[in-house]
Amino acid sequence: MAKTEEVKAKNNAARPPSFWRRFGMQFGIWGVGIGMWLIFVFTASEAFTSKDIYLAFASSTPIFALMAIPLTLIVITGEIDLSFPSVMALATASFAKTYSGTGNIWLGFAVALFVGTMCGYFNGWLVTYFAIPSLVITIGTGFLFRGIELAWMNGSGVGLTDEKLASVANVLVGRSFFGIANQFWWTIVVTIILWFVLNRTKFGAHVFLTGDNKISAQLMGVDINKVKRRTFAIMGFFAAFAGLVASFEVSYFWPTLGEGLLMNSIASVFLGGTSVFGGIGTVTGTFVGAFIIGAINAGIVASGINAFFTQVFFGLVIIISVIMQAVISKRIKR
Amino acid sequence: MAGQAPVIQLKNVSKTFGEVRSLSGVDLEIYPGEIVGLLGDNGAGKSTLVKTIMGFHKPDEGGEIWFKGEKITEWSVEKARALGIETIYQERALCELQPIWRNMFMGREIRNKFGKLDVAKMKSEATRLMSEHMGFTSTAVHPDNSVLTMSGGEKQGVAITRALYFEAELVILDEPTVGLSLSETKKTLEFIQNIKKSGRSAIFIDHNIFHIYPAVDRMIVLDRGKVAGNYKKSEITMDELIESMYRVARTGSLKE
Repeated sequence: MAKTEEVKAKNNAARPPSFWRRFGMQFGIWGVGIGMWLIFVFTASEAFTSKDIYLAFASSTPIFALMAIPLTLIVITGEIDLSFPSVMALATASFAKTYSGTGNIWLGFAVALFVGTMCGYFNGWLVTYFAIPSLVITIGTGFLFRGIELAWMNGSGVGLTDEKLASVANVLVGRSFFGIANQFWWTIVVTIILWFVLNRTKFGAHVFLTGDNKISAQLMGVDINKVKRRTFAIMGFFAAFAGLVASFEVSYFWPTLGEGLLMNSIASVFLGGTSVFGGIGTVTGTFVGAFIIGAINAGIVASGINAFFTQVFFGLVIIISVIMQAVISKRIKR
Repeated sequence: MAGQAPVIQLKNVSKTFGEVRSLSGVDLEIYPGEIVGLLGDNGAGKSTLVKTIMGFHKPDEGGEIWFKGEKITEWSVEKARALGIETIYQERALCELQPIWRNMFMGREIRNKFGKLDVAKMKSEATRLMSEHMGFTSTAVHPDNSVLTMSGGEKQGVAITRALYFEAELVILDEPTVGLSLSETKKTLEFIQNIKKSGRSAIFIDHNIFHIYPAVDRMIVLDRGKVAGNYKKSEITMDELIESMYRVARTGSLKE
């Protein structure tokens, strides 16, 4: 008798979802990443067994990873931002102008981050106040911000080689620990901060609820418009930060800054397992996704494959990972 | 019950969506410890009324909402819930991709004194509530499971438990028995009796008069956005109620 009760209790005990169900997506991402890496280790073993290529990843990937990570939050709410490369440029232009005008580095930083945040907030305001799909409106604001920046700078760049900037540049993009670029550590810091924001704050909880079912969220008192505006503002802030990092890395502010980063960032988010439909996503996934994208870029060249094939690889990896998402989420439902 | 301020009182509340007037000049009050049945045909404005009480819809100019004898301005869902009004919606208002614990504390997440979410506590509270109040022991209700994996009754269980957790002064149940099995329906009706026993109030909306009549103290009949009738249970038998409901549906008026 006692035995059957014990068995029954065991069977009735609430069981957690299986390991595979909870972490399947994460495994998929890491699997793709490790798979890609192994391919490159075999096809380009000379390059991929030396540390130089990893140091190269650590300096170049953060430029778009720093934007892919906050973009994850926007995608989880079910929106998208296509204007962040322009925000990056406009914010960095504000830094260059403020610095050349006042000679104050910190004021320049503050202005750049403020301009970035405001651009993001403006996107969020347009999306929520007029209920315009973000896919469309951020194409518009992308042109607008880029246009303002180009007109303001009159299309010319600014050197960032001033001696007073050296110490700041060193903190942002210097080399430390075996020559690893500091922007790599910054990317980790941003990942940790946004992980905390997403998983351990009320705002983060509301990001998931907004993207999952906005009517339910509103019925339970979630201000979905405020949530969306904030995610866009966060995006703008980090786009400005990424702009400063990218410009200090090359000691020059190019007015075309940000061009070519849009697709890398978006691909990182989706490759990282964030759902195209909203409601699901992780910043750690995006972090890994960004480095996979970075590795494809470098790996193709190092393997001696014609660089035109980069896009073929990109395409395949993204298509496979999105299919994987669909298959895994179907499994979860059963 | 005279002398005691109503938990919630609507004065001359109207709600217009574009050209469509869903509610017109609704006056209604719910007293402490009272269970009120809200009856009405499809399109009578029941759900709009509920969503207006909850702050999801803003009433048209001129309408007033009073809570415990105080006029409330700037009414919102957040405020309504903070004051102690919880609703179990017909559409359940769940975010199905999210785990149970997130749904349970949706909009009112537990935080520690630094403002950090207390995820461990939310999970353990969710587990405790699900087993204590809803008697769930099946494997489907681990707090980390997504709501998507649950049956209709279990989903409703999450919605009911959620309303229960926050010890609401007023619980609104918008067709809570739709799609439930017999035993789940019974459980829901028992839940309504428990609200009354603990001295709190409820508004109970259902299509089924046989569910409503035994459970409530008073019945309000809504028709085309207006209050068409207001009966204490002692004033009307079930047959008379059914009869007058037919009359309202046909003529829009309770009197012949």
